[in-house]
Amino acid sequence: MKNKGMMMGCAIGGVILFIIAMVVFWVISINNNLVTLEQGVIQQWAQVENQYQRRSDLIPNLVNTVKGYANFEKDVLIKVTEARSKVSQFNITPEVLNDPQAFAKFQSLQGELSGALSRLLVTVENYPQLKANENFLQLQAQLEGTENRISVERKKFNETVQQYNTTIKKFPASFFAGMLGFKEKQYFNAVAGAENAPKVEF
Amino acid sequence: MKKFFFLFLILFISVYSQPKVPKLKLWATDLTNTLTKSELDNLNSRLKSYEDSTSNQIVALMINSLEGYPIEMFSYEIAAENKIGSKKNDNGVLLLIAKDDRKLRIEVGYGLEGVLPDALTSSIIRNVIIPKLKTQQYYLAINDGIEAIIAAIGGEYKVEKKSSENTEFPIILIIIIFIIFWTIIKKSSGPFIPGGISRNAGSGWGGSGWSSGGGGSFGGFSGGGGSFGGGGASGSW
Repeated sequence: MKNKGMMMGCAIGGVILFIIAMVVFWVISINNNLVTLEQGVIQQWAQVENQYQRRSDLIPNLVNTVKGYANFEKDVLIKVTEARSKVSQFNITPEVLNDPQAFAKFQSLQGELSGALSRLLVTVENYPQLKANENFLQLQAQLEGTENRISVERKKFNETVQQYNTTIKKFPASFFAGMLGFKEKQYFNAVAGAENAPKVEF
Repeated sequence: MKKFFFLFLILFISVYSQPKVPKLKLWATDLTNTLTKSELDNLNSRLKSYEDSTSNQIVALMINSLEGYPIEMFSYEIAAENKIGSKKNDNGVLLLIAKDDRKLRIEVGYGLEGVLPDALTSSIIRNVIIPKLKTQQYYLAINDGIEAIIAAIGGEYKVEKKSSENTEFPIILIIIIFIIFWTIIKKSSGPFIPGGISRNAGSGWGGSGWSSGGGGSFGGFSGGGGSFGGGGASGSW
């Protein structure tokens, strides 16, 4: 009788151990999946940063080319330079992605730079000589290309973030995500003021 | 210029009037019926042999209208969805001409951004292609544009020799397994056919004529899985 009781105890203990092991493995696999997704987000974030950096790198050249033209609006150029230095002072780490305020700050700084640049390019329309300058045209093409790359990478970034956020909010991962230290990441939004963007006629 | 604002604006709000992305079956496709069949054949055989010898995929597409959609976004979507270029090298290029909008763009895959930087593509557009488009020489515009792109790429990528014994066997195996699987699924339950297959059935783009361009003789274009990051340049005439 005693023997039978022990066997029962062992069996129950074994089953419990087995269940615990299953749960542990399950949580590990959830964790690994989230790690993969998070790394994807960070990698895509690096792509976005790269393109912003590339834009920053283009600006000194652009400003110098435009400066050469007599009586080109100085304040437009100063705004671009200022916006660029503000952007480069902002320290970016992947932690920014978890911090809504820092992320919003990053966005608004980059948005200011976009605004200053587009004002610069609109002003250029008044300088036919500059518009015919091959050097300027090439810089303009590079700048346009970079802006386009930024928007493509931002779009890809939003997609990876969406996948990540959806996963950590869905059951069963939502159950553990907080405990395992996975936080919701930030999306890029439309730039402030973009809703008042100049109308483009096609 | 204003385009920047517009790009950012349109990127993050939902887009309603997005034109349908055409599924490309050949290297040169004309949805406007402007080019003659022999002109298309010339372009196709040139681009096919170029791909065969270099593995670079250059694709030319002429459409009627963008329907108000920004050309940068549309050309990116066409290039990405057709997966122009190889997966390994991302060496695809798309030359897109929107005839009625008088706009064009060269979209460059990640792997060719080094040899085809934006400034150079922009220069090709302004100095080679646009002068021809202004005089409505569409064939010459595309042909000369392509030749300029090819010249710029130079010897960037080479065709890799396939070690056939290693790669082909598993592929055949996979195909056989797939066929067996497929027949089982089909037999067991009628409506269990996976969705998404008929997605590209209705063409809807400019109506006509884009499966027609001399398909048989070229064996058809198929994208190799290349990806794009928005490189390239646009222009208008």
